[in-house]
Amino acid sequence: MKTWIEARDVTHFFGQKKVLNQISFQIEKGSVTGLLGPSGAGKTTLISILTGQIVPSAGTVKTQERCAVGIMMDSFGLYERLSVWDNLKIYADLYRVPSGKIRELLVKTGMETEKKTPVGKLSKGMRNRVSFCRALLKDVDILFLDEPASGLDPASAGKIHELILQEKQAGTTVFLTTHNMHEAETLCDEVMLLNAGKIVEHGEPGEICMKYNTENKIEVVLKGGEARMLPNSSRGAWQLSEWMREERILSIHSTEPDLEEVFLTVTGRRLTEE
Amino acid sequence: MKNVRIIMRKQWKDTWKNPTILIHFILFPVLGIIMTGMVKEKDMPQDFFVSLFAAMYVGMAPLISMASILSEEKEKNTLRVLLTAHVAPWQYLSGIGSFVFLACMPGVLVFCHLSDAAVSGQKTAFLLILSVGIIESLLLGAAIGVGCRNQMTAASAGVPVMLLFSFLPMLSMFNEKAAKVAEYTYSEQVRILIGALGNGKIAAKSVAVLFLNLIISGVLFGVLYQKQRGRNNFF
Repeated sequence: MKTWIEARDVTHFFGQKKVLNQISFQIEKGSVTGLLGPSGAGKTTLISILTGQIVPSAGTVKTQERCAVGIMMDSFGLYERLSVWDNLKIYADLYRVPSGKIRELLVKTGMETEKKTPVGKLSKGMRNRVSFCRALLKDVDILFLDEPASGLDPASAGKIHELILQEKQAGTTVFLTTHNMHEAETLCDEVMLLNAGKIVEHGEPGEICMKYNTENKIEVVLKGGEARMLPNSSRGAWQLSEWMREERILSIHSTEPDLEEVFLTVTGRRLTEE
Repeated sequence: MKNVRIIMRKQWKDTWKNPTILIHFILFPVLGIIMTGMVKEKDMPQDFFVSLFAAMYVGMAPLISMASILSEEKEKNTLRVLLTAHVAPWQYLSGIGSFVFLACMPGVLVFCHLSDAAVSGQKTAFLLILSVGIIESLLLGAAIGVGCRNQMTAASAGVPVMLLFSFLPMLSMFNEKAAKVAEYTYSEQVRILIGALGNGKIAAKSVAVLFLNLIISGVLFGVLYQKQRGRNNFF
């Protein structure tokens, strides 16, 4: 697997405050990597460093030559008085991309009917989609998305997720920040949990959750709604087979923690904390 | 150069839909037309209203527009995104600066048409004087825009500077103390030079003050730009 970007011991200060502390990782080609952390954890600072918008106080970020980067930042950076089309045309011209590409992206994101609408009159979800179009105007190898579905209603967030998955299927490497664990679990091949400027856990979402599955129990919901916990052992298996014979089982669930619970265990904080 | 043209075209479209900026380019030329057409006194100095309003125009329109455009782009993160699209800071600043300079030109041509310079064949000198004044204001506006994080701080810093350079030429006509301060400002020298075009008595002092102001504005912009570049990867 080819590495697109390698961050080594990246540290950054804002004034006296250390916002990133010796961050090291690699982004592999074709992967979707999620940087998961609460507000103020340093996610936007890290993505700004990776995309060359901020020079880190210490450490290095190595990017492969010829690696074309698309960026969608948390704050949209769109010209509100200009129409959707004019906003995208500026960047199409800067990237020397024909106008046909704008039309293609507007169709893909379902924004073609809004192309003449000033961006200031669009909903947050629609602005996100315009921002997404802008990030994809040039053919990119790696797409940086800062909180791509933050503050969106479920339908708009779903649309953005769909677009990200399409890009993944097309082979684009995606690096996204989020404080939404469902988003991370749905989209990401691997996640990094960031807390107070440090990566506290890094790996595949399933693996991380299994690592913290200390209880090792199975939850069984019986007919009538009663929920029972069974140990993952021969004793538990015997009880389970008994209930199955008696046809009392409504559903069976594993009880490994989700990323939210892992984060809480590791840091003592919730992902949704301000 | 293509990126500079793209930035200029973007700014043209944006300004056209932004009446708060647009009004700066229109206000004083319109006042000049109205006052020159309506007030015609016998003892009035040559090009009285033209020199007054042209100096105020030079002190206000480019300065406020430049500061406002730059600070808005910083505040709304559009500048940051532009610079991630491989637009170099110099390309951006050149694009915006060139646009504001060109946007000031219709007003300058109006003043030129209203002035006696149009009759006496000194149009080039008239245009040159105002152009130097506009470039000085552009540099000051850029210094404010680069130094301020958002539009509110840019307005707080820009309005006093604008008032100083825009209204001192008018105050200097009524107040001796104000005149003594004003003679060191480029906008006052723009007014004096325009008035002197008709009689051919261009003082070396006026030209010297004009260019000294130009150097100071340039240095101020350079210092603030470098300071900001040290903090961000842009400004």
